[in-house]
Amino acid sequence: MEAFDILLTTSFWVAAIRIASPLIFATMGELICERAGVLNLGIEGIMTAGAFAGWITVYAGGDLWLGVAVAALTGVAFGLLHGFLTVPLGLSQHVTGIGITLLATSLTYYTYRVSLPEVTSPPKIEPFQPFAIPGLSEIPLIGPALFNQTPLTYLAYVTVALVAWVLYRTPVGLAVRAVGENPSAVEAQGISVTAMRMGAVAAGSALMAVGGAFLTMSAFNSFFFEMINGRGWICIALVVFGSWRPGKALIGAILFAAFDAYQVRLQQVTGGVIPYQIFLMLPYVLSILALIVVARRATYPKALMVPYQKGER
Amino acid sequence: MGSQGGGEAETVLRLSNITKRFGPLTANDSVSFELKRGEVIALLGENGAGKTTLMNILFGHYVADEGTVEAFGRALPPGEPNAALAAGIGMVHQHFTLADQMTVLENIALGTQTLFAPRFDRGRALARIEELSRDFGLEVRASALVSDLSVGERQRVEILKALYRDARVLILDEPTAVLTPLETEALFATLKKLVATGLSIIFISHKLNEVMAVSDRVLVLRSGRISGERRTADTDRGELAALMVGETIREPEVVEHSPGDTVIELAGVSTVGRAGGAPLEAIDLALREGEITGLAGVSGNGQAALAALIAGTLKPESGTIRIRGEAVRDWSARTALAHRIGRIPEDRHATGMIGDMSVTENVISEAYRSPRFSRMGFLDWKAAETFAEAIIRDYDVKCPSPNARVRLLSGGNMQKLILGRAFDGEPQVILANQPTRGLDVGAVAYVHTKLLEARNRGAAILLISEDLDEVLALADRIVVISKGRLSPPSKRGELSVREIGERMAGHGFVEEAPDAA
Repeated sequence: MEAFDILLTTSFWVAAIRIASPLIFATMGELICERAGVLNLGIEGIMTAGAFAGWITVYAGGDLWLGVAVAALTGVAFGLLHGFLTVPLGLSQHVTGIGITLLATSLTYYTYRVSLPEVTSPPKIEPFQPFAIPGLSEIPLIGPALFNQTPLTYLAYVTVALVAWVLYRTPVGLAVRAVGENPSAVEAQGISVTAMRMGAVAAGSALMAVGGAFLTMSAFNSFFFEMINGRGWICIALVVFGSWRPGKALIGAILFAAFDAYQVRLQQVTGGVIPYQIFLMLPYVLSILALIVVARRATYPKALMVPYQKGER
Repeated sequence: MGSQGGGEAETVLRLSNITKRFGPLTANDSVSFELKRGEVIALLGENGAGKTTLMNILFGHYVADEGTVEAFGRALPPGEPNAALAAGIGMVHQHFTLADQMTVLENIALGTQTLFAPRFDRGRALARIEELSRDFGLEVRASALVSDLSVGERQRVEILKALYRDARVLILDEPTAVLTPLETEALFATLKKLVATGLSIIFISHKLNEVMAVSDRVLVLRSGRISGERRTADTDRGELAALMVGETIREPEVVEHSPGDTVIELAGVSTVGRAGGAPLEAIDLALREGEITGLAGVSGNGQAALAALIAGTLKPESGTIRIRGEAVRDWSARTALAHRIGRIPEDRHATGMIGDMSVTENVISEAYRSPRFSRMGFLDWKAAETFAEAIIRDYDVKCPSPNARVRLLSGGNMQKLILGRAFDGEPQVILANQPTRGLDVGAVAYVHTKLLEARNRGAAILLISEDLDEVLALADRIVVISKGRLSPPSKRGELSVREIGERMAGHGFVEEAPDAA
């Protein structure tokens, strides 16, 4: 029964939401890119760059929110690069994305080494602090989990609502979805396919970078190598899991984070009988199973990964 | 209409000396014409004559190398669809530009509201769409997903898209190619209503009877040049045909003869769904020696599945395939070839030929394993090249050498290569899937002649075509396909075009009482 009791503890749910927050940002970012028809495998590197850019801004004396802004701008820069290579030049989105990840990651590590040559243990900053929302945070169990978090987590909630609103309720969202379905339909209606796709990739990449920054500025208080640790790839899977819909992707992110939080606690309960690697594996195995069940019926954006060349014959 | 009556009607569109080249090919050569208010111009020409290129320039999809476009007295900036839209030019493309997973309303209103408005105004869009569809008989559900619509309905959405943006000039690119005869009538009725409100229309087609039916004036385009301009009232089909083709091409004559034994038979065959069309539902079909069976139907009703089945690239889910009375168990592309089934695929670029490989490599692609072309696992290039040269000679393929990339060949020459490959070894069954799509009149006549020759020597032929006229001209008997089901075959001349059209729309099938028509 101990294994089940974990689910009833407040600390478990607090941890789950904290783990979910960076995934929510990055998943929304990837979702925007893919909805516009561009796969962005640069996500892992862009998160790394965002994590570092935000943190170093604060370390150099900047305000926390300035750090978030710098992270977002770093994301925009890499997004524009990815967009330029894949949209007007029409290069392979897979190859370009992996290139962006390698470039962004290496550039980040290099910059870290150059700016902090003498450092052996990672220096710390003063990160975002939890802020209890009066009233809401007093609801039992879910109150503290959802409403006693850092402001960045609240921003993640807002991001989901905003992305859903923009995609489904505004003219620009309609154009973004259409450009991922059939770019010639967009072109025939007098909208620039290039501008829509570039814009979506830039905006999406900004969110990925903020997701990375959450780790260094909210979940932890320093930057270290390998800290993104495959979270970007998980977000790619979460977009598929969510069938390219913001609400479903949010549920996917929370579910995955819950598994992750759960396995850490389960390790302690079983007390070393089962090797801990099994538990580490658990969230990934479950997400593969979930993908098999959910994603087989998903309707993906029809023009995803199809470059559009104007006036081609 | 047009310039009839007293005063001269307003000129809405003026194209001057438009020239467009694609590499060595001149698609449009100094084309000029004017369009008046309330006028219907037909742009007539063969496939490849440059009609679509011209309209794509007009609409801003392509940039002309020379020449200018003026709309309502003002020059249009080249290469900007937005400017064409703003000037009141609407285009219904041959290949629809719709996003399938989005609703009719979303497709129509896309790009019509300020891009960064905080809210998409659905109500306003809906009211306007309903008004337009009522006024012009363009019935369609605004909340439906485009993927759930029939081809005819999709075309209505395309027309609504243009009208929604207050188009004053409507360009229709081969609008009837995808329609049943009944849908075509409905389209023509809509066009009449539009013209009555002062709209001008450019109607692109290569079908003479349609051009005669809808237009006030006909412009004939041949090899990128305007080869003639006539008032519709002052011309006839014969004259237009001559202007379009430039020479008289004779279609082969069909001589009646009686069919022989059944070669291939599908009995109660069903398939599972596959992308791009309906699956087959328990169909029965027998192809007999020396007979062309024509399959008529609106595309997407199971033609793709039937073609794949005969070609051996799709296995039946249930039912039996018999060849000369014997059931074949392990049906595959290889068994189909082994039973001498010659295949002319629907899309010669995608599945017929490999564009970046040579003529020689392509013509042996179905037989490279046979001892004719390979010895102990090594290709015999000499034999292969001799074979390629024979096809080039016998089928009059215009190509620089057997080593030329197939991509560089014209559609007609590519199709001749495919014929040469498919007819090699006198196949007992021939699958001809859209064998003349996109070919010019001369090449069409050539393909028809070859198909009839094969029939006369005893091949069983299945002719699948979206061009009803082609089916009517060649087929000894006609089968109609609708939603994956086949109508019983009817002999040549037994059914009227109207009756076939009704069957294409799904009426009058087996077990149903024949519709009162």
